[in-house]
Amino acid sequence: MKKGDLLSFLIFILLIILLPVISGSTYTITVGIFSGINALVAIGLCILMGYAGQVSLGQAGFYGIGAYISSILSVHAGLPIVISVICAMIVAAVAAMILAVPALRLKGHYLAVATLGFGEIIYIILNEWGPGGPSGFGDIPHFGLLGYTIGSTTGYFYLIWGLVAVVMLFSINLINSGTGRALRAIHDSDMACNAMGLNVTALKIKVFILSAVYASLAGSLYAHYVTFISPSSFSLFYSILVLMMVIVGGITNLWGAVIGAVVITVLPELLRRFEELDVLVYGLILTLSLMFFRKGIVPILIEKIKKLREFAVAKH
Amino acid sequence: MSFGGLMALRNVSFDVIEGDIKALIGPNGAGKTTLLNIVSGIHQPDKGDVFFLGEKLVNVAPARIARKGISRTFQHVELFGNMTVIENIMVGQYARTRSGFLSSGFKLPFVVKEEREIQRKSEEILEYINLGQRKDEPASNLPIGEQRTLEIGRALATGPRLVLLDEPAAGLNIKETRNLGEIIRKIRDELKITVVLVEHDMDLVMSISDSIIVLNFGEVIAEGTPLEIQKNHEVIVAYLGEEEEIQRGYNAHT
Repeated sequence: MKKGDLLSFLIFILLIILLPVISGSTYTITVGIFSGINALVAIGLCILMGYAGQVSLGQAGFYGIGAYISSILSVHAGLPIVISVICAMIVAAVAAMILAVPALRLKGHYLAVATLGFGEIIYIILNEWGPGGPSGFGDIPHFGLLGYTIGSTTGYFYLIWGLVAVVMLFSINLINSGTGRALRAIHDSDMACNAMGLNVTALKIKVFILSAVYASLAGSLYAHYVTFISPSSFSLFYSILVLMMVIVGGITNLWGAVIGAVVITVLPELLRRFEELDVLVYGLILTLSLMFFRKGIVPILIEKIKKLREFAVAKH
Repeated sequence: MSFGGLMALRNVSFDVIEGDIKALIGPNGAGKTTLLNIVSGIHQPDKGDVFFLGEKLVNVAPARIARKGISRTFQHVELFGNMTVIENIMVGQYARTRSGFLSSGFKLPFVVKEEREIQRKSEEILEYINLGQRKDEPASNLPIGEQRTLEIGRALATGPRLVLLDEPAAGLNIKETRNLGEIIRKIRDELKITVVLVEHDMDLVMSISDSIIVLNFGEVIAEGTPLEIQKNHEVIVAYLGEEEEIQRGYNAHT
């Protein structure tokens, strides 16, 4: 790991450990849990879009697969939750592969529309054939490991953010490796990648699968936390929300995905005080931030820190 | 090879001897780049075959052809512009590694070892093409001459037996062209890599090539050593037009 990444990672772990200790309120910790769930989906989309340059507006589909498959397996088939979650990840991976083979021949807007279509198909399937149809179903067991159920909010917070940390570590390693470089190369030029002997199609399919598996994991964690799910949580709106997280945080940086997820999740909660006007203010903030901070929060912060350092050096 | 109704190449047949620098010249639109694209698998010919070390290359995907040992550069530079100079070279070596998604994500020891090896070899290649000083700059910041050199370096990084260079001297000044000639010669003499080059700069072509093929309107009109080509009547006509025509043009001007 590079020096900057290591430092960021240590601060990140420290924040995770400290947040529930500092803030005693269950409400804050709950918002923290949803932030973490969203961060998992956002990290996947960030690798897919920001690094490999492949657009997806269908992440809600994989998120929904994760939630439904693991709930159905644990409620109806009585499988242990960890097994259900892993099975859901495998189903999401297969779905991603089936979608990727035809869709990744497309580029840009066309790929966006194809993945959007996929998300809608999953949404319709959940509505028509999902248990409970449009009204969803409940009594999904809480997440548990080896017979020990995690019931407390704080416990769940540590579970989610612990997983975010693991996923983040895996993703940072991936991005900084030769494989990560190959993904960034695809972003720049397919033709040159071919001339380098890179199997572009395989790389695209694999990165798509990776993002789907992250989203599926997040979906399962969501279901086993709220214990009740309905299709409305997995509509196109969620795909767009994740896209917004990645863009607001900074699409070219993995930390951007995490910070974007936290900002987009926390913002509506902070805006509660505006009562009916909250949606309006929310929209206004997002529009303004995209107009003036187009690169995203993290890349802009990095630039500022660099400038400050140069300034300090110049002063000496 | 034809595009719609346009016959781009017809009855073109030639051999490249291992260890040679072979130049492919001809007026614009003669089919030189099309020919390189067929060899590297970007286009599929309607008829005919391409053999490389005894293996048929027609209907093989470009990436597989690259892995078989044919690497190339492009007429319009196709660098990974968002990456640094050394990263461009490092990507060139990825296809030869065993690293995948899982092994990279878990940072298995062999991945770390491969990465170190790639880093070392990339620095070597950069020294070889005199871009060592530039290694951490974004590739798109380099002047065009260095971008073209970097593209050659990236092609070398794949560990090829044959490199195809598409107009490597386009946009280069005299000094840069001379350096380029040196590098191409070094590729043949020191690395023992065969070079096929499409080029308009005749000084460069004549000074480094072992043999030359001349294409015009999709057909081979001459093949031979630089000396033979310079004396070939048909070649002179293709490049300058008929003597009478020139005369007529001259008269019209005066």
